Amino acid sequence: MKPLKRSSQIWLGLGSLALIATFFLPIWRIDLWAPQYPEGLSMKIWLSKLSGDVEIINGLNHYIGMAHIKEEMFPEFKILNYCIAFIIVAGLLTAMARSKKGLIAFLSLLVVSGAIALYDFWQWGYEYGHNLSDDAAIKVPGMAYQPPLIGYKELLNFGAYSIPDTGGWIVVGLGIITIGVLIYEFKFNK
Amino acid sequence: MKTKITLSFLAITAIFVGLNACKPTNDKGKGSSFLAGDAAQKVYVAPGTHDEFYNIVSGGFNGQLSVVGLPSGRVLKIIPVFSQFAESGWGYSEETKPMLNTSHGFIPWDDSHHVALSTTNSEHDGRWAFINGNNTPRIARVSLSTFRTEEIIEIPNSGGNHSSPFVTANTEYAVAGTRFSVPPDANADVPISSFKQNFKGYISFVSIDKTTGKMGIKFQLKTPGVSFDLARAGKGKSAGWFFFSTYNTEQANSLLEVNASQKDKDFILAVNWKKAEEYLAQGKGKKEKANYAHNIYDERTHSATSTIMNEVMTLDPKECPDMLYFMPCPKSPHGCDVDPTGQYIVGSGKLAAVIPVFSFAKMEKAIADKNFDGNFDGIPVLKYDAVLHGEVKKPGLGPLHTEFDGQGNAITSFFVSSELVKWNIEKLEVIDRVPTFYSVGHLSIPGGPTAKPYGKYVVAYNKITKDRYLPTGPELAQSAQLYDISGEKMKLLLDFPTIGEPHYAESIPASLIEKNSKKIFKLEENFHPYVTKGEKEAKVVRKGNEVHVYMTSIRSHFTPDNIEGVKLGDVVYFHVTNLEQDWDVPHGFAVRGAATSEILIMPGETCTLKWTPTKVGVTPMYCTDFCSALHQEMQGYVRVSPAGSNVPLSWHTGKNPEADAAKKTEAVSKK
Repeated sequence: MKPLKRSSQIWLGLGSLALIATFFLPIWRIDLWAPQYPEGLSMKIWLSKLSGDVEIINGLNHYIGMAHIKEEMFPEFKILNYCIAFIIVAGLLTAMARSKKGLIAFLSLLVVSGAIALYDFWQWGYEYGHNLSDDAAIKVPGMAYQPPLIGYKELLNFGAYSIPDTGGWIVVGLGIITIGVLIYEFKFNK
Repeated sequence: MKTKITLSFLAITAIFVGLNACKPTNDKGKGSSFLAGDAAQKVYVAPGTHDEFYNIVSGGFNGQLSVVGLPSGRVLKIIPVFSQFAESGWGYSEETKPMLNTSHGFIPWDDSHHVALSTTNSEHDGRWAFINGNNTPRIARVSLSTFRTEEIIEIPNSGGNHSSPFVTANTEYAVAGTRFSVPPDANADVPISSFKQNFKGYISFVSIDKTTGKMGIKFQLKTPGVSFDLARAGKGKSAGWFFFSTYNTEQANSLLEVNASQKDKDFILAVNWKKAEEYLAQGKGKKEKANYAHNIYDERTHSATSTIMNEVMTLDPKECPDMLYFMPCPKSPHGCDVDPTGQYIVGSGKLAAVIPVFSFAKMEKAIADKNFDGNFDGIPVLKYDAVLHGEVKKPGLGPLHTEFDGQGNAITSFFVSSELVKWNIEKLEVIDRVPTFYSVGHLSIPGGPTAKPYGKYVVAYNKITKDRYLPTGPELAQSAQLYDISGEKMKLLLDFPTIGEPHYAESIPASLIEKNSKKIFKLEENFHPYVTKGEKEAKVVRKGNEVHVYMTSIRSHFTPDNIEGVKLGDVVYFHVTNLEQDWDVPHGFAVRGAATSEILIMPGETCTLKWTPTKVGVTPMYCTDFCSALHQEMQGYVRVSPAGSNVPLSWHTGKNPEADAAKKTEAVSKK
């Protein structure tokens, strides 16, 4: 097998380095909208913290008995930085090694990491949405409040959107670049 | 016989009907030529959209300010200033009581007249509103970010603060000219008949800090004993001057209705305040004894403090030449208004048949040429003809107040003939007139008193409103009328009722204010001495017979909401901190039998309600501002035991110690 082309190396290298920005940008956002909140409420998830209207959302969640959302509860915030650092290093190594096997391995790493991250996110959403206090003031039989994994969902009087934020789009961008490089290498650089 | 009677009856009826037909009709604006055909469209602010202008309106004898949207005329808020306001606890809560302190003690009311919005280079900057207290002389400063009164300063040596609080071009000063001349506070036990010897017309210059807005009386001018009515600062070239209208230059001290209306001309007093500052710097000022209160509300501690000051700096015009000049002005001028360029000063002699317009350039020349017509109590009187730009002839009856449209025109209100008259300043020609309903006082054009008027609307603030609204007994709604002045003809658009008597108002583009409007107070910036920053910090502390409750409120419960151990003879202070950090989530608080108002606590704020229990028993308390779907459940109890009882002080929320204990015993016995 031929080694990776120079252009592929550059794409992979730059794409991986771009992940550095995710240390300083929110990865994901959950937006809520209701008639009483015409300006909307927004919670942003970073690699190591939460920001936005978390306290206001907690204030509303207490009606339905949802647990208080606190940063301390998420061990993920302690390790996500290292995971991203690992991906950056792996991406740079893949670019330098110029091996197509390495490229496949890197894409697998990305896909598996992404899948784990989404599963983890879904699980937290499930946990919050279903594990409701028995003391809740408002109990709607059969109602769960799990936010959408991605996209839009109606939760009582709120409309909830769950979408990647800037940092998340950068990760998605790296995935697209890696897939593009892979297709290019296997089709045009046999 | 019968037919004769019938005939004569018919004849009488006919005459009666005929007479009635001859009675002058009053169409009151309905469908007439001065009502704009598309009026409804022009004042309609569609649901969900906002008004274009804020209209900050004096509440007159209610002592407050109201915030109105234009062009809809919708009342958006009442800002309590000089009067207690039970709705928010203003002047009732422990934090705000000091705001109404004066050298006479606590005063729960005043008569607020004139609004002045802060300016930079004579243009509105949207930072503060100032308003005068007329009865117990005071000036208040209101923040246009929190829409709350932040500071009130009392004016000593004053007998009615009417000529106030108009501000200089860069809001260096607000002024306070006394409506009643008085002997100095420190030596005031003199015969009333000694008016001419002992009474002075004090004018105070209240300095305003550029960044904080903090006020202080910089100096007082001891001018001759006359009555000061209204005032305006110069602009542009005349920015170093201030102009005050006067009446009672007859110096009468009784039956002023007659005795103060004798002279053909009273005066407009021109004050060179830059010169006054120079004299002050030269040490010409003299400190005099005078007591006055200075009250400041601190947004960080959410509390006010009142300090009694005891001296004031005065300047005697006799020792300060070239600082004051009198310009003769026909018959008891009310308005004294400076046009947007600062070149013209319009006097409105409320008993005069003309509107005199003075020229600042001519005034400067007359002063340089010493073109005087004698003096009044040592102050040079300038020759009328030498300072006059011209007179508007036959404008109407009872000119009162003038504002400007920014197109070279002035609009003057006429109290007696009940109309607004638009005239060209340069040419002194009447352009248009339109009736008001009825007896208009002041008027307001957005930016009208500034160098940058937005000549779209004029609002007439009327003194009489009978037949304009549904009747409400002997006391009727106070009223304003909105006119479109963007075209050639002034067109009536809307009647709207106002809160209190709207003496004067200023209007300002919403864009200058709405972006600064505060949403919440940050909990971490709350430095109230009794703040409770979380439910875990909630507690009840006894200090002798004082019981301090450190209480929190959040949707929808208080912590603590069960309190025991209070005894008759105790004074209970509920220091309630609203833990919410979201816009539009105030909580209220009230206790049965508390001899005060509720408190209304904004997110992040701490307010204190004082309660002296009068009965033994269990007293309920609850949230008074609908806060959530569980608002009705936001309630609690305080147990009051007899004096000397040994019920220990205890408090909690969400637990029920007795019931829990009972459960435990049950469990143990089962085992």
